[in-house]
Amino acid sequence: MTEAVTSVAPGLAEPLLAKRTSRRWLVTAALTTAIVVLPVLSVVFLAFFPEENIWPHLLETTLPRYLTTTLQLMLGVGALTLVIGLSTAWAVTMCEFPGRRFFEWAMLLPFAVPAYVIAYVYTSLLDYAGPVQRALRGWFGWENASDYWFPEIRSLEGATLMIGLVLYPYVYLLARAAFLEQSPSLFAVSRSLGHSALSTFFRVVLPIARPAVAVGLSLVLMETLNDFGTVDFFAVQTLTAGLFDTWMNLGNLGGAAQIATTMLIFVVILVTLERYSRRRQQQFAARDNRDPIRRFSMSFPRQLVCVAVCAVPVTFGFLIPGFTLGLYAWEYFGESWNPDFIQNTFNSLFLSSTAALTTLLIGITLAYSRRLHNTRGMQILMRLSSLGYAMPGAVLAVGVIVPLAGFDNWFDSLMREVFGLSTGLLLSGSAFALVFAYTVRFLAVSAGSVESALQKITPSMDMASRSLGHTPGGTLVRVHLPMLRGTLLTAALVVFVDCMKELPATLILRPFNFETLATYVYQFASDERLYHSALPALIIVLAGIVPIILMSRSISNTRTIG
Amino acid sequence: MRLKLAATATIALALLPMSASADGEVNIYSYRQAYLLKPLLNAFKQETGIDTNVVFAKKGLAERLEREGRNSPADIVMTVDISRINELVERDLVQTVDSEVLNKNVPENLRHPEGKWFALTTRGRLIFTSKDRVEEGEITTYEELADDKWDDRICTRSGKHPYNIALISSMIAHHGEAETEAWLEGVKDNLARKPQGGDRDQIKAIAEGVCDVSIGNSYYYGNMLQDENQRAIAEQVRLVFPNADGRGTHINISGISLTKSAPNRDNAIKLMEFLSSAEAQRIYAEANTEYPANPDVDPSGLVAEWGAINPDKLSLQEIANHRNAAVKLVDRVDYDGE
Repeated sequence: MTEAVTSVAPGLAEPLLAKRTSRRWLVTAALTTAIVVLPVLSVVFLAFFPEENIWPHLLETTLPRYLTTTLQLMLGVGALTLVIGLSTAWAVTMCEFPGRRFFEWAMLLPFAVPAYVIAYVYTSLLDYAGPVQRALRGWFGWENASDYWFPEIRSLEGATLMIGLVLYPYVYLLARAAFLEQSPSLFAVSRSLGHSALSTFFRVVLPIARPAVAVGLSLVLMETLNDFGTVDFFAVQTLTAGLFDTWMNLGNLGGAAQIATTMLIFVVILVTLERYSRRRQQQFAARDNRDPIRRFSMSFPRQLVCVAVCAVPVTFGFLIPGFTLGLYAWEYFGESWNPDFIQNTFNSLFLSSTAALTTLLIGITLAYSRRLHNTRGMQILMRLSSLGYAMPGAVLAVGVIVPLAGFDNWFDSLMREVFGLSTGLLLSGSAFALVFAYTVRFLAVSAGSVESALQKITPSMDMASRSLGHTPGGTLVRVHLPMLRGTLLTAALVVFVDCMKELPATLILRPFNFETLATYVYQFASDERLYHSALPALIIVLAGIVPIILMSRSISNTRTIG
Repeated sequence: MRLKLAATATIALALLPMSASADGEVNIYSYRQAYLLKPLLNAFKQETGIDTNVVFAKKGLAERLEREGRNSPADIVMTVDISRINELVERDLVQTVDSEVLNKNVPENLRHPEGKWFALTTRGRLIFTSKDRVEEGEITTYEELADDKWDDRICTRSGKHPYNIALISSMIAHHGEAETEAWLEGVKDNLARKPQGGDRDQIKAIAEGVCDVSIGNSYYYGNMLQDENQRAIAEQVRLVFPNADGRGTHINISGISLTKSAPNRDNAIKLMEFLSSAEAQRIYAEANTEYPANPDVDPSGLVAEWGAINPDKLSLQEIANHRNAAVKLVDRVDYDGE
C-alpha cells in the first residue's frame, strides 16, 4: 500500500519524505530487523542438517493428508473469522441497536480464551460423558453410543469451529479500527449515488478496509497453520503435526526445520500474492474525525438480527467456556488453589506487558522507517521482521536458543580467555529470552497493523509538518502517533493477550522454577487432568479481559473526541 | 585502560549467577510435570537441605541442553519413554554415573550399562476390556488385538504417541518388521474409531459403548480409580496384563540422567541416589500408581490388587533401536487415518 506514497506524486513527496531524513531511521530499522530475524534464520540453517531425508517417506505416506487437512483447516477458519469478524465489526460501528456499546468490547472476549482451553472445554461438554449427550440420552432413553448419532467434536470441523471462535477477534479488531477511521462522507456519497447499504459495504467500505482486514486475516491464518495444541488434541493431522512427529518421534530436528521452512515459504507466497493483487490501489483518508459517525437507525426486527449476530460468537466463544471453567474451578477449588497463582499471574502480566511495549516500539520504528524510506530494501526488511509469526512456537523457541546460547558461549569463552573467569549463560534461560521470543513472534501483529494504518495518512500531513520545520521524529510524535492512537492501542492489546496465552515457546525457554499461567495450565492438561487446570485457565481468561475492556474503551474514544 | 578493565570485570562478576542456598542446589530439566516431582523434591530438600530448580517441557529441552553446551546450568534430565532417554545418550548430552547406591537400587535391566541413565519407575502397557461385553480371558496377548473377532471393537490413542511407538518397537523386536506390519494393519482394521485422545479417553470410550477393548498405561487406570469423578468409569473395565504367561507385558520407563555440563555434580548424584531410595520410590508409587524401579519397594496397595506384573525381558535399548522403524510403520499402515 505505501507503494502509493511515492507513486502519487513522486516529484513532490519524495524529497520531503526521504532526502533530508537522517540515516538513523534506516540504520535502526536494519539493525532491529537483523536481530529479530535471527531465530528464523537459525531454523532455516538447521534445515540444512537433517538426520535423514524425510521427504521420500512423507511423500509416500502422510504428506498428501497433511496438506489437504491443513488447507481445509485454513480455508474453514479463514471463512469463519471473516464472516464473524466483518459482520460484527460493521454492526457495532455503523448500526444502532440495543447493547451496541456492550458488544463493542464484548466481541473481543473470546480472544482471551486460548484455543487449547476452548478445545478442552467443548470436548468435556460435548463428548459422550458430557452433560449434553447425557441429557439427550435421558430424554430419548438411549442406552449407549451405538444407539444414536452425535457430531464428533474431535474432528476437522470441530477444530475449525474452536480455532475460528477464538481467532475472529483479529479480524474484528482490525476491521473495526479501519471502519472507525473511514470518513463517513464516503459512505454518504455512495448512498447518494444510489447504492444500497449492502452494495456500499462491498464496493466502498470493504475495499478501503482491505489492507487492515488482510492483516487480520493473515494473522488468523498463520496462527491456524502453526497451532499444535488444538489439532493434536482433536487428532487433526496438519503439517504441524507432521513437523512435530519428525522432530520428536524420528529425532530429526533438521527434517522438522525443513517442514517449518516450507511452511514459511508458503506463508510468504500467500502474503505476497495478497499484496500483489492490490498493488495498484492507493488510498489516503482525508481524516475528518470531527465528523461523527451517523449510525443507521433500524427497525426492531433488524435490531434483533444485529443483537443475534453479535451474541452468538460471544456466547460460544466466551460465555459457555468461561462458565464451564468457572464450574470446574469451583468444584476442584480445594485441590487446585495454590498460593503460587499470584506469582504466576504476576509473571504472565509482567512478561506480556513488557513484550507488548517492546513489540509496539519496534513495530512503530519499522513501519515509520518504511514510510520515510520507501525503497524495495526497506519493504524486504519489513517482511523479514514479520517472519517469526509464520513458525510454530516450539520451533521458533529452538531458533531463539541457537543465537542466544551461541552468544552466551562465545562471550563466556572470550571472558575465560581474557580474564580467566566464566560468565556462564547470560541470556539463555532468562526472562530476556522470553521477551525476545515474544517480540520475534508477535512483531508481525504490531508492525502489520501500524503499517496498514500509517498508509492511510496522506503524505501531505508529513509535508506540512516537515515544511513547518519538524524533524521526521518530531513529525512522528506530533502528527502520526496521535492520529494512530486507536491502532497503537489495538496492536498493544493484541500482542499483550497473545503473550498471555503463548505456551510452546514459554515452556522451552523459561528460567528455572518459572511458571506463567499458561504453563501452569499445561502441566495439568498435558497429564489428562483437565479439571485441575480449570482454575488457572479461568485466571488467564480473566486477566485478559481487563486490558481488553480498558483498551477497547480507548479505541472507541478515538472517534468521539473533539 | 586499567580502569576500563576493572569496570568490565566488575560488571562481569555482578552478572555471575549467585548460589541459591548454603547447602547448594540441583537444576533439573524435566519432561515430567513439575507437580508430579514436587513431593519428591520436597522430601529431598528435607533430608539434605539441597534446593532443586525445575524447568518442565515436553519438547525442546534436549535442544536447549545441546545448545547451552558446557555452560548449561542443568545437572539432571528427567525423562519418560526409553527412546527419549536413549536420544540423550546418542547426542552425547549425558555422562556416566558410577554410584554403588544407584547400582544397588536399580536392577541391571533398568539402567544403562555405563550408567548414562537409570529408570525410576516402570509402567505396563496394558489391555483394558469391557466387563460387560468381553469375557475374562477372551484376550490375553497383544497379538490377538489383530484377530478378526475384535473387528470394530478396539480404541487406541494415536499410533504416533511415544507409548504406542514403544509397544510397536517391541513387537518389531519380537516378530520382525514384516510380521509387525501385518499385525498393525490388523489392529487398524479392528479400530472402532479414528485414533484420538489420551489413554484415559479410550477407557471412557469402553464405558460409553463405543468399543470393547483398548490399550493404555497402567497408571492412567490407577489415577482414574483414585479420582472420585472417574472411578465409576474405570470400574467398568477389566485390566489385562498382555502376554503375562508368555514373554511378559511390554513396559516403558521414566528415567533420570546426569548432564555432561552438570555444574552441581555431587548434589545431582545425591538427588539421583535419593530418588532411587526406598523412601522416594514409595512416594512415586503412591502418587502416580507407577511401578517402582527399586525391587525392594512394593507397588501401592491399589496397584498390588491388580496382581503382579510379569515384565517383558526384552532390553529397553532394543526397543529404542527400533523406534524409527516403528514410526514409519505407523505411517505406512496409515494407522491414524480415517
